[in-house]
Amino acid sequence: MTLAARTVSTHPSEGLQLPLAGWPSDPDWLTIARREAAAWVTTNGFPSTKHEDWRYTRIDPALVIPFATDTDTGRRTATGGSWPDVSLRDLLGPGLGGIRLVVVDGHFAPELSDHGHLPSGARLDSLHDALAVAPHRLEPLWSWHPEGYPHALRALSDALATDGILIDLPTEAVVDDPIEIVLLTVPGRAPHWSHPRIVVLAGARSKATVVETHLGVPGSPSVTNALTEVVVDDDAQVDHYVIQNESLDSFHFSSLEARLGRSSRFSSRLLAVGGRIGRHEVHTVLHGENAEVELDGLFLTASGQHHDNAILVDHGAPGCRSHQIYKGVVDGDGHGVFNGHIVVRPGAVGTDAHQTNKNLLLSDRAEVDTRPRLEIFADDVACTHGAAVGQLDPDALFYLRSRGVPHQEARALLVSGFVQEVLDCFADGPIRQYAERLVTTHLEPIVSAGRRGTGSAPDSDRAREVSVSRSRGGTAK
Amino acid sequence: MLLIDDLHASIGDTEILSGLSLEVAAGEVHAVMGPNGSGKSTLAHVLAGRDPYQVTAGRVLYDGADLLAMTPEERAAAGLFLGFQHPVEIPGVANMYFLRTALNALRRARGLDEVGPVEFLAIADEKRRLVEMDRTLMDRPVNDGFSGGEKKRNEILQMLLFEPRLAILDETDSGLDIDALRVVAAGVSSLRSADTAAIVITHHQRLLDHLVPDRVHVLAGGRIVRSGGPELAAELEAHGYAGFDARSSRELPTPIGSGR
Repeated sequence: MTLAARTVSTHPSEGLQLPLAGWPSDPDWLTIARREAAAWVTTNGFPSTKHEDWRYTRIDPALVIPFATDTDTGRRTATGGSWPDVSLRDLLGPGLGGIRLVVVDGHFAPELSDHGHLPSGARLDSLHDALAVAPHRLEPLWSWHPEGYPHALRALSDALATDGILIDLPTEAVVDDPIEIVLLTVPGRAPHWSHPRIVVLAGARSKATVVETHLGVPGSPSVTNALTEVVVDDDAQVDHYVIQNESLDSFHFSSLEARLGRSSRFSSRLLAVGGRIGRHEVHTVLHGENAEVELDGLFLTASGQHHDNAILVDHGAPGCRSHQIYKGVVDGDGHGVFNGHIVVRPGAVGTDAHQTNKNLLLSDRAEVDTRPRLEIFADDVACTHGAAVGQLDPDALFYLRSRGVPHQEARALLVSGFVQEVLDCFADGPIRQYAERLVTTHLEPIVSAGRRGTGSAPDSDRAREVSVSRSRGGTAK
Repeated sequence: MLLIDDLHASIGDTEILSGLSLEVAAGEVHAVMGPNGSGKSTLAHVLAGRDPYQVTAGRVLYDGADLLAMTPEERAAAGLFLGFQHPVEIPGVANMYFLRTALNALRRARGLDEVGPVEFLAIADEKRRLVEMDRTLMDRPVNDGFSGGEKKRNEILQMLLFEPRLAILDETDSGLDIDALRVVAAGVSSLRSADTAAIVITHHQRLLDHLVPDRVHVLAGGRIVRSGGPELAAELEAHGYAGFDARSSRELPTPIGSGR
């Protein structure tokens, strides 16, 4: 990373130049929505650490990188001349055995994709094609924030996203194999942003698994501003995974928005290991009764990395259930953030909402900020939340060593035990195996860095469990 | 096999072992008894290499080598085993996986081939039956949610698997019912040979009804204040430790362990 950060004003419009984006075939409503979104960004600016939800994450290092005119890079991809396909194929590695769709720098790359069989009536398209062929399916999503955007990155997606993937499942469509979407960031001639957008429309009683894998090629700092929107209709089930494995010089901002209908089920599981700065937002709205959501995450944050997890679960209907387990393993001078917010709205009686965040600090320079929040405006609810920050248990470490397990191997065993609870939430089979391989690869250097003699790991200290109260965030070291 | 000579150990500014001497020869089982706070557990942890204890004076020779210079894992590889008074729970790590990892680490250090998962399953199952431990506990995380008795059976299972030359059992009998006590005693007895030794640390005489020691030592005020044969345990059971509190022990002449 050679770019120097410069101070970016968060005041309206000062010096902000947004490129124009869109396709000639775009319907009018989309052109209008893009203009409005761009105007929103110009008016409101980008969030700074003065914003409550962005207190720990600086966005300005990413803002020195120009917002590419997204359609230009798309054209380069589409003409096929710019990327050596063979090496990209190698980068992708083996798939999960089902459908695999590849998106390069925000644009669908059909030549790298493997289409499988879909149930009849199911549509699987690039977002570019979908906007041309079935714009009415996408129109409601572009106007999802009538009262304003949560922040500029979300608005930028509306303004600048031109491609991605649409998965449109009709009533009762069941896709058994996981649908894998690989989003690849490739260094271009100049550092650039990309705004891939994934839309999953799951009709009533339909069922699918969607795996989003974000991969990056190191080379030049790029910014991914990804948006995934999932609409789960009544009695439908969508299981969603995000594997964030971007290159270590890149910035990754992702937003997942899911709306759950009556008796529907949605799960999203995150494994984050990549990026210099990664922020993974999840916003789920339970608006049909008896809906169920499970959100789990594991972030492995090494030295020089920053991972921010911002979760909002909005209980808006009676009898819904939400369950969250997020765990972080932070090493070196890495910084992890968990910002989990549960809202139970008036009338959402019988809500069952649980949230747990646990963090393991492997170095005395590592830092985690955890802020679980619970707001309840309904009666007759069962809600719990809790957060902990601690170090490797010295008693457990000694126990293992007294059994002959060498120090470094004992540390690895304890860390793998710590993360297992989240990995257990991943579905058995290729998805779990992929996640476990990735975890093992990333824990190896983290764990070996703390071997005896380097003095970085405060194993001999007593383990500290820091409970974070409901009202105030704890900065636990 | 083991020679402890004038051992002083502290935690922080508090001295807990104050000139402890003890010699254990191969083939022997020694019982170390004493009131609460006399330094029994500290002795066990210092021998196994636990961190916060500082050895300020004295030496410990294990087969002639300086035990205190070795890491905990080196001590284990050399044949030392500590049965914990409070076995540690390790969430997320399956017991079976832990046992095999530890056995293979020991075997590697001892220059032996590693044992594969299938072969290990057979070995582990045989030992598990010996300690009468429920099979389901092998697939659960290490000691996680185990009852007190189950944890102690798991300790003895490890002892049988790892085949130590010197086993140190730190109040392994505390809180056990009579069946578990019998399992612990049988486990130690099965390891008894001309080439192995055990130090059984206990507060009560109960275990010694099942496991007759060669020598019994009384630890008080951080030193061995009296040593004798198995009959000493019965005497302690009858009269308690009243005569051996920390203050009075300091006035006694330095006691000599067996064999010195």
